[in-house]
Amino acid sequence: MHEPYHEWLRREGRIVVVGASLAGLRAAETLRAEGFAGSLTMIGDEPHPPYDRPPLSKAVLLGRAAPDRTELPRRREIDADWRLGVAAIGLDLAGRRVRLADGGEVPYDRLLIATGVRARPWPDEDEARLDGVFVLRTRGDAVRLHRRLKASPRRVFVIGAGFTGSEIASACRQQGLAVTVAERADAPLVGALGSVVGAVAADLHREGGVDLRTNVQVTALEGDRVGRVRAAHLSDGSVVETDVVVVALGAVRNTEWLAGSGLAAGPRGVACDAGCRAFDVRGIVTDDVFVAGDVARSPHPLFGYQFLSLEHWGNAVAQAEVAAHNMISGSSDRRPHLWVPAFWSSQFGVNIKSIGVPSMGTEIMITQGSLAERRFVGVYGHQGRVIAAVSFDNTRWLDFYQRLIETGAPFPVEFTTVDRRPEGRRPVPAAFPDPSLPTHGPTVTVSGYAPSDRRLVFTPARP
Amino acid sequence: MTDSSLLRRITDPASRADPYPLYEELRRTPVLHEEEGGAYAVSRYHDILALLHDPRISSDDRRLADRGDDELPGPEGTVLPPSFIRLDPPEHDRLRRIANSAFGPPHRPHRIDGMRGELAGIVGELLDGLASAAAGGGEIDLVDEFAYPFPVTVICRLLGVPREDEPRFRGWVDVIVAGLDPETRHDPAAPAQRAARQARVQLGMYLAGLVEERSREPRDDMLSDLVAGRGPDGAMSTMEVLSTAVLLLIAGHETTVNLITNGMLTLLRHPEHLERLREDAAYGVPVVEELLRYEPPVQLLPSRTCITDIEVHGVTIPEGARIWLMLAAGNRDPERFADPGRFDPDRPDNEHLGFGSGVHICFGAPLARLEAQIALTELARRLDGPRLLQDPPPYRLSPVLRGPRHLPLGVDGVRPRQDG
Repeated sequence: MHEPYHEWLRREGRIVVVGASLAGLRAAETLRAEGFAGSLTMIGDEPHPPYDRPPLSKAVLLGRAAPDRTELPRRREIDADWRLGVAAIGLDLAGRRVRLADGGEVPYDRLLIATGVRARPWPDEDEARLDGVFVLRTRGDAVRLHRRLKASPRRVFVIGAGFTGSEIASACRQQGLAVTVAERADAPLVGALGSVVGAVAADLHREGGVDLRTNVQVTALEGDRVGRVRAAHLSDGSVVETDVVVVALGAVRNTEWLAGSGLAAGPRGVACDAGCRAFDVRGIVTDDVFVAGDVARSPHPLFGYQFLSLEHWGNAVAQAEVAAHNMISGSSDRRPHLWVPAFWSSQFGVNIKSIGVPSMGTEIMITQGSLAERRFVGVYGHQGRVIAAVSFDNTRWLDFYQRLIETGAPFPVEFTTVDRRPEGRRPVPAAFPDPSLPTHGPTVTVSGYAPSDRRLVFTPARP
Repeated sequence: MTDSSLLRRITDPASRADPYPLYEELRRTPVLHEEEGGAYAVSRYHDILALLHDPRISSDDRRLADRGDDELPGPEGTVLPPSFIRLDPPEHDRLRRIANSAFGPPHRPHRIDGMRGELAGIVGELLDGLASAAAGGGEIDLVDEFAYPFPVTVICRLLGVPREDEPRFRGWVDVIVAGLDPETRHDPAAPAQRAARQARVQLGMYLAGLVEERSREPRDDMLSDLVAGRGPDGAMSTMEVLSTAVLLLIAGHETTVNLITNGMLTLLRHPEHLERLREDAAYGVPVVEELLRYEPPVQLLPSRTCITDIEVHGVTIPEGARIWLMLAAGNRDPERFADPGRFDPDRPDNEHLGFGSGVHICFGAPLARLEAQIALTELARRLDGPRLLQDPPPYRLSPVLRGPRHLPLGVDGVRPRQDG
């Protein structure tokens, strides 16, 4: 690409952003902020302007924030042609066109794919259709669930104790509702943080009054004669009567619309390079299609250049900014996306934050505080290096651990800290489940080396 | 080393009016250690930020190899246990959590915001008081007549000191604060020091009485909350409550005085911003943030140490060494802030070090922000034709808590209060 091309592109090019949520919006704003003056089209399958999702499983469920008041704050005007409520259904890579569900086509000079993920549905379609069975991903989901919770159900049954499931359970308990949580691993959050930390999360659930069932799977949801859910059947033979079921089995990446397009897109996301340029199925990088947000998977130098998919709010913003910049910049001006994964959650009165890729860790040591007090920093090690850290109510220290991750500091961590306890002197196995097993838990998915590698197929957790 | 060493020049009162050229020189050596047994001064933004989040750094001065001459005097007298500003986790965290449950979210989300009207009222009265002085000769001292009395009145209301006791309370605070002056504080026989010790005892006894009252009959104030202990950590002991109250009092006092005074001085040196603030009260928010970067009331944190040898920029700082974190130098680090010597409230991404960072980040920051925003906005609105009569003004001696001792202003008058 020559500079005159990019000058033309900036002046009068056509940019299409598919996905009108956090990543799409921030990318559009960055494009305009960096001087893009051409036409900008925002395509989104939801009818709403971009809104913020983290409050949906917290303040919105508690009734502290109205679901229609979580619109994302705008950094600037973006002067875009908004096509909301219309899904993209296909991509013509050679002809540079996006096909829409309403039969229309939108041509582009540069395309950004930011279609994100959706809630993984309950695998049995008939059971999923029962009245009282919910997922939680969109504003509409939150409105429906909140309405049902306000009607004082006798019991809420949450399937899956990942972050979303745990936050939902916490919000329900805060409203005094009876809650059962079923988790196939031995504790909540195990997929994301391992069993050592998961045991602490289990204590939080139980002390919070949750009826937590671990090492069980839900085998069936039972409805009554008029199609309302009335009970959940578990693999240990028990039956839990309930009138609300929330399916929190993680996310599915919205890549189906790219099937057959020739892009390296599949269940693990759309592969792209560190500059957010999409790979095609031959492993050749494109120069006009970019990817950002939850749907992207890109190689990360800090983690052995493995492809990472990150379902992280901060990653969506940072990657969108890099993608937008690179979309309208010549090759020498492009920037790599080198964000250190960071994730937070708030549940049962505890702020949990992780940085790095905990699930790559084989061992963990508690460098500050104590597990028993539920206030601590845990450091994960991988092949003699610090690879991740997690904090419970200790967020303010994490910048330090981020630098350890960035510099590949040695593990075990030998130095003393202001709050090092005897229990934190030696590393213990972090105890993650076998990574090849499907799980709803991790918010970071390590998905191999090759951009078009499809051997690792993510199959839904089925009973 | 001679007296011309850079750190000595920085602490020299002669440098107080404008230490920034010295900070620029200081940043050229990221970790400056000039004298055997002396401090290690860290002056670049990213290094300071990293150390503020480093769990190998301690705020507990009992960890210092040489506790000697401390530039930032502790608020606690000989009788009170150390307050959380000088403790490390987990003890720091416990006390701070309890203090916070009486001060902010989630337990007391409206404590500070609910004081807006009260703060505006105090500021309004102080400005009304200035009206007569302004009419008399057109000259006021912003420190003595406005910035100084404001925060102590606020802390009285926050803690729950009854109105009728406020003058007594203020009297003790005046004497204690005077005792913090570096000129006299190393001479225990100096009259100011004797008076300060006596005032501490009287203040402590007074507060102990008040704590006792509030534990019997709680009201909607911070002392009542501190002794009630609503959170999972329970209550503080009486001694801990006293220690915390005195900390809030001292740490929240001179810092706020300096923030307001530095603020007015800066605005008068950049009158276009004063004009804009007069027209637009919302501008007070970015103005105060930029002031915290440009003229921070706490210039450096002088008594941190490391509990193991650490390496910063290739320099090994040995365990127990005194570390100076030069916040005001970091705030003007060109690697972090574009055109750092320019006062620019519209600056994007202004993550200054004015309140520190990490677990010891300024506890009273929400209150200090609100106090300064209201004070500066009202000064901009109500002072008619304010002008500096002395520039630079005379400064207090401390290189740590830096601010003018007096700020003589000429004014043509004080406009009446605007309602709403």
